[in-house]
Amino acid sequence: MAFSFLSRDMFGDLERLHRELQQAFEGGPSIRGAGRGGFPAVNVGSTPQSIELYAYVPGLEPSSIEVDLERGTLSISGERASALPSDGEKSVVHISERFSGRFRRAVSLPDDIDPESVSADYKNGVLHVCVKRRAEALPRRIAVQ
Amino acid sequence: MNEHTNVTPRNSERREAATATALLPPVDVIEDGAGITLYADLPGVSRDKLDLQIDTDTLTIEGVAEVELPEGLEAKHAEITVPHYRRVFTLSRELDTEKVTAELHQGVLKLRIPKAEHAQPRKIEVRG
Repeated sequence: MAFSFLSRDMFGDLERLHRELQQAFEGGPSIRGAGRGGFPAVNVGSTPQSIELYAYVPGLEPSSIEVDLERGTLSISGERASALPSDGEKSVVHISERFSGRFRRAVSLPDDIDPESVSADYKNGVLHVCVKRRAEALPRRIAVQ
Repeated sequence: MNEHTNVTPRNSERREAATATALLPPVDVIEDGAGITLYADLPGVSRDKLDLQIDTDTLTIEGVAEVELPEGLEAKHAEITVPHYRRVFTLSRELDTEKVTAELHQGVLKLRIPKAEHAQPRKIEVRG
């Protein structure tokens, strides 16, 4: 076989190499623990009027998700129950990759946000939090008399 | 209980996912006497953007995450950059692919694949 020198676990090796490269270029994980690869995955964006956070946190009830804004830090937390059977049941777990247990992720917000105008909605397992900027901080054009 | 995995992730799936630049959704696979239950995390996928296919012994889960973004949004930090999920499994023969049921609730897919009647556990009485 021409390819017999290739190790069977070549893709596992490649994945490890990828992780090492990622570590080298992106630095270590955040002091709050969950960096890239934590649960839930979070995207943050901004517009001139607001800061928008999207947390990919599937399988929860909207009422069980806690969204807190305290001293300029927006945090989302909650708990996700395991889908795996409890001990003693007559079943076998073949693959267990989904996150279960308590989670918390926090994001530092810029200074110009209005802590009074925060809204959150949950759809298809994605939590969207919108934090408006203070009105006086919005960009304005001043008319020249 | 069988020693082998009845729902086997394809060895090549990492490669397939890489070429299609899709995310590999995390799954749980649990087997009981009557069948297999598979849970997959697909946040952002609605029912009409979920595509489940069974082709003889191959189960393919594909979905597109759709998140409404406000106008003028500038990304500051992104962990999910690809809105596409894909994962492929090989099913073993005793599973009854005609009777698969699927539910999607808040981005979690629950698939139930029962075993064919003849593959269900039976107690054999010992006569003596």
